[in-house]
Amino acid sequence: MSQSQSQGAPRPLPVAFDELGQRAEVRAAYAAVAAWLERTPPAELEAKRAEAELLFRRVGITFAVYGEGGDPERLIPFDIIPRVLARSEWDRLSAGLSQRVRALNAFLADAYGKQEILKAGVIPASLVTGNEQFRPEMQDFQPPGGVYTHIAGIDLVRTGPDQFYVLEDNARTPSGVSYMLENREAMLRLFPRLLARHRLAPVNRYPEDLLTTLKAAAPDRAGPNPTVVILTPGAFNSAYYEHCFLADEMGVEVVEGADLFVDENVVFMRTTAGPRRVDVIYRRIDDDYLDPRAFRPDSMLGVPGLMAAYRAGNVALCNAPGCGIADDKAIYPFVPQMIRFYLDEEPKLANVPTYLCEREADRAYVLDNLDQLVVKLAQGSGGYGMMIGPHATAAERADFAARIKARPADYIAQPTLALSTVPTLCANGVAPRHVDLRPFVLSTKDEVRIVPGGLTRVALREGSLVVNSSQGGGTKDTWVLDNDPQEGGAAHGAVAC
Amino acid sequence: MLSRSADSLFWLGRYTERAANVARGLSVALRMAGLSAQLGAEGDEWRSLLIATGCEPAFFEKHEEASQENVVDFLVRDPDNPTGIISCFAAARHNARSVRTALTVDMWGALNDSWNALRHAEFQGERLPGFLEWVRERVLLFNGAAHDTMLRGEPWLFVQLGTALERADNTARLLDVKHHLLAPAQQATVEYAQWQAILQSVSALRAYHWVYKDRLEPAKIAELLILRPELPRSLTACHGRVLEVLDRIAAGQAGRRGECHRMAGELHARLRYGRIEEILSAGLHEYLTDMIMRTAELGNEIEAFYIKA
Repeated sequence: MSQSQSQGAPRPLPVAFDELGQRAEVRAAYAAVAAWLERTPPAELEAKRAEAELLFRRVGITFAVYGEGGDPERLIPFDIIPRVLARSEWDRLSAGLSQRVRALNAFLADAYGKQEILKAGVIPASLVTGNEQFRPEMQDFQPPGGVYTHIAGIDLVRTGPDQFYVLEDNARTPSGVSYMLENREAMLRLFPRLLARHRLAPVNRYPEDLLTTLKAAAPDRAGPNPTVVILTPGAFNSAYYEHCFLADEMGVEVVEGADLFVDENVVFMRTTAGPRRVDVIYRRIDDDYLDPRAFRPDSMLGVPGLMAAYRAGNVALCNAPGCGIADDKAIYPFVPQMIRFYLDEEPKLANVPTYLCEREADRAYVLDNLDQLVVKLAQGSGGYGMMIGPHATAAERADFAARIKARPADYIAQPTLALSTVPTLCANGVAPRHVDLRPFVLSTKDEVRIVPGGLTRVALREGSLVVNSSQGGGTKDTWVLDNDPQEGGAAHGAVAC
Repeated sequence: MLSRSADSLFWLGRYTERAANVARGLSVALRMAGLSAQLGAEGDEWRSLLIATGCEPAFFEKHEEASQENVVDFLVRDPDNPTGIISCFAAARHNARSVRTALTVDMWGALNDSWNALRHAEFQGERLPGFLEWVRERVLLFNGAAHDTMLRGEPWLFVQLGTALERADNTARLLDVKHHLLAPAQQATVEYAQWQAILQSVSALRAYHWVYKDRLEPAKIAELLILRPELPRSLTACHGRVLEVLDRIAAGQAGRRGECHRMAGELHARLRYGRIEEILSAGLHEYLTDMIMRTAELGNEIEAFYIKA
């Protein structure tokens, strides 16, 4: 996701908005954090950082990176300085996120159903039905409750006090929520007094909300207590820790494909007491690998016959197969119009202006302004296959220009945003670093639930806009204050203490 | 629970126990080798340890001579030896990792901290006794963490099953390698020291004195290690535990039972009602070989019923 940068000499970006504030004017939400930073000696911060690393290593919260040499079990660097949002800021975001995910689910139901938005000409049909993420297997089939993306992760960036943008939707198998939970746990252990000075919205009800969401997706016949499992690709997957963590928190089994089998369109898991029927599968493997009979025949991770069982209504898959058409970068520019089309509302969260290189006018603009734009693969993720124009060399820009001309439909472009910064503990002390935010949005037929906060990712390298963990990004605890501190007197009082 | 998880937990129990048992074996071999040297006797302690751990053929594929240094390296570090201490911890940790949800944070911590320290551990020469003590302590910590923090459900029972079965196998093997020392009518200073070492290898020297209040005698040593239920590492105690755990798993599954339950019951009955005079007169080695074989068969039956079914 998000913006990547090349190794070329950085051109100065517009000055980024710092969320804590400039030296003289600390923003109210950060008053106590600023005071704490002010009075804590650097050596103590460094000691706490080391303690945090030990804590994460001990609990085994690792991120598996294979095939690059070195220790495959890596820690995602955790920054001990929190990122703080005021309640009013969060409430606006939350309303916008809820609206956006409702529209995405409505779009998915429509795209695999009557296709009214295509017939109305709001979205070009070719972008949907011709998309490689489009699953014909899902046509004319209604998942239980009509929900497709039960768990969505929406990536937000900020450029000013009131300027938030959606950078990307993740409607398939978004990860990172375990860091949201573990980061808070770590902060509670490391800085109990600092936390006690704030009234924070708790995040620890997420697993319960997730379980409620998954149970609500069960087929009717499963009754009030459906059997829920998490389907993982296995211990070598980079997010394996998270799969186990969530299973543990919810009290459900984490299964691999080989633990499941399908008999007469019913899914069972192999247990010590014999086969046990499964009603809901929170799958953390991609569509392609779900079922070798329906999708990639060479998949060793999936369960033969799973799609047939799903279509027979005997098991729920969360998220539904085929959600990739909703979070595709080529579809992204149309989300505001989806919101208007399905909900008859104005979007509460802005999109980043996006140019589809497939369109002739857009392409011409992109090719003329490569030095100011971020170019991304429409199908890419993880910060790979991107170019940040202002940071790229002339040769890199020429290379991308050639690629865009050769395969225009593969590329989109956006203006380079000056992502907001938050103070971060770096090798030479505390310094501003760029951040983004991924809140997690849970949907059932009747309700949308969002735990206040999300995963804040931080680009640790100076000037870098790369927040991806696969590319050296770190994480921060994200605080949503349960009360709004007042600008002015109260905040300054807190700074003085 | 998932069959795959049960499998991982069972082997988690076996591998942690095996790591400690190899450390025990090395401690005793070290002590015996020292004794033999002092008393001017011919000792072949390192070789018999290789036999006890079932590693002899693999060892001699890589090494010419069963010297202390070679054997220690093979039984501690060598990644090609699946019975080596570091390999056992690696396998235990791999199994633990694949059932993270079934473990408590304390169990994982005990194992993971051990693993992190092991990768840089020094264990040759003067450092060996301290290292072996440390390994035993780490496994005691893991067992303690399991005992104190783990929910008493099936996951707990499968760890216990693995631990008890591995322990039974280990005691039988240790004893079998030294069976000639326990044959009647041998009495010499060297033997006496070696009897002490056998008892120490299963932490039972003091237990012997408490139980028999007498000087060491081969028949009593064999009886203590095979038949006495109060010694936690005796064959009777280990197989009693295996049976108890299998019964509890069955009870939790509405009485569902298989061949492994029958076999465990039979094995335990033979031990419980056995007499040491008969065992010795029929031949200790034959008896122990049979026990080792039956223990392995029981392991296979457990797997067939709960894991591979």
